Amino acid sequence: MTDDHLSNTEPEAAFQERVDNEIKIEPKDWMPEGYRRNLIRQISQHAHSEVIGMQPEGNWITRAPTLKRKMILLAKVQDEAGHGLYLYSAAETLGVTREDMIGALHEGHAKYASIFNYPTLTWADVGVIGWLVDSAAIVNQISLQRTSYGPYSRAMIRICKEESFHQRQGFEILMPLASGSLEQKAMAQDAMNRWWWPTLMMFGPHDSESVHGAKSMQWKIKRKSNDELRQDFIDQTVPQAEYLGLAIPDPDLKWNEERGHYDFGEIDWDEFRTVVSGNGLCNRERLERHSRAHREGEWVREAMRACEEKKRTA
Amino acid sequence: MKLPLYEVFVRSKRGLDHKHVGSLHAKDGAQALKFARDCYTRRGEGLSIWVVRSSDIVASQEEDAASFFDPSDDKPYRHATFYRIPPEVKNL
Ligand SMILES: [Fe+2]
Ligand SMILES: [Fe+2]
Repeated sequence: MTDDHLSNTEPEAAFQERVDNEIKIEPKDWMPEGYRRNLIRQISQHAHSEVIGMQPEGNWITRAPTLKRKMILLAKVQDEAGHGLYLYSAAETLGVTREDMIGALHEGHAKYASIFNYPTLTWADVGVIGWLVDSAAIVNQISLQRTSYGPYSRAMIRICKEESFHQRQGFEILMPLASGSLEQKAMAQDAMNRWWWPTLMMFGPHDSESVHGAKSMQWKIKRKSNDELRQDFIDQTVPQAEYLGLAIPDPDLKWNEERGHYDFGEIDWDEFRTVVSGNGLCNRERLERHSRAHREGEWVREAMRACEEKKRTA
Repeated sequence: MKLPLYEVFVRSKRGLDHKHVGSLHAKDGAQALKFARDCYTRRGEGLSIWVVRSSDIVASQEEDAASFFDPSDDKPYRHATFYRIPPEVKNL
């Protein structure tokens, strides 16, 4: 065994032991390059999702049916911007810059949750997003509160506290619709039909197909696998749909007494791949809008720099 | 010569935030760290210390708290308890 070999494996073994013992990794600790890269990819993807996710809901702020609903939606979308900020900051502790992350998003190297590439066609979509999409995000984020990386874990704890109003406001939008007129009911059911499967896709490919899965679990970046999280979400959501009287668009969905879980049908993975690879209904629009907002904000950043410069030289 | 003031933050356990514990005078950051260790962690209170020049901290004024934080006062809908969900609906 050479010295070189020693120096390569010993810190890695010590690192893994720490992780195995549920000891958090903090920014200045030694960490394997792969761990750092994996975290940067996951946290920045998560941050981009929060920020891009403002667009489909933002689409309804000016058209919310009442002032109360408008204020609530505004507050929710504002929260999502905050979540993006917490997460970008957590990623920055790993040595990546905000500019790099935004650049990777605009150039299409970085991904964000595929769900946000679907359009919001009616007001019921806003209810269904809050209820289903935020619930799915919460199921994922609750498990990530126990992620091995300290700053990511603390961001998740903060975010989870803020999320619970998001899903409740969504459910509260749907209650009167689902028990309202025939048209209102039909609108709620239509939203359910369009959002159910894309929501299940949010958890990502099956564990057997997941590229980063095994390493992420070994390093405890992720604490539950894609399939476990998806099952958790379905098990908690089916009774809620039953309460609303909304049908879940899956003929194979049924309670499995033996497993103690719901069985469900196969996801259309072709659709998932199409959306992830940039060809969903709204991918171009979402990215274009983000880039445009960024470009149009350049004069603000410029003015701030000029002001700073003036103060320094004054 | 008057030594600059440093604010001291201690992380008591991995995974937790650094928490402000107090301040001290020192000639530079390295010395502030040593002083902070001797002063604030004599009983194993810490795993990691941050020191920050007090003059580098920008703080809001408590006297201004009413107007400074007032934008959030009239927004009860930011709290989960604002929404009435029937008790038989679980996990929301
Ligand atoms: Fe969020
Ligand atoms: Fe949310």
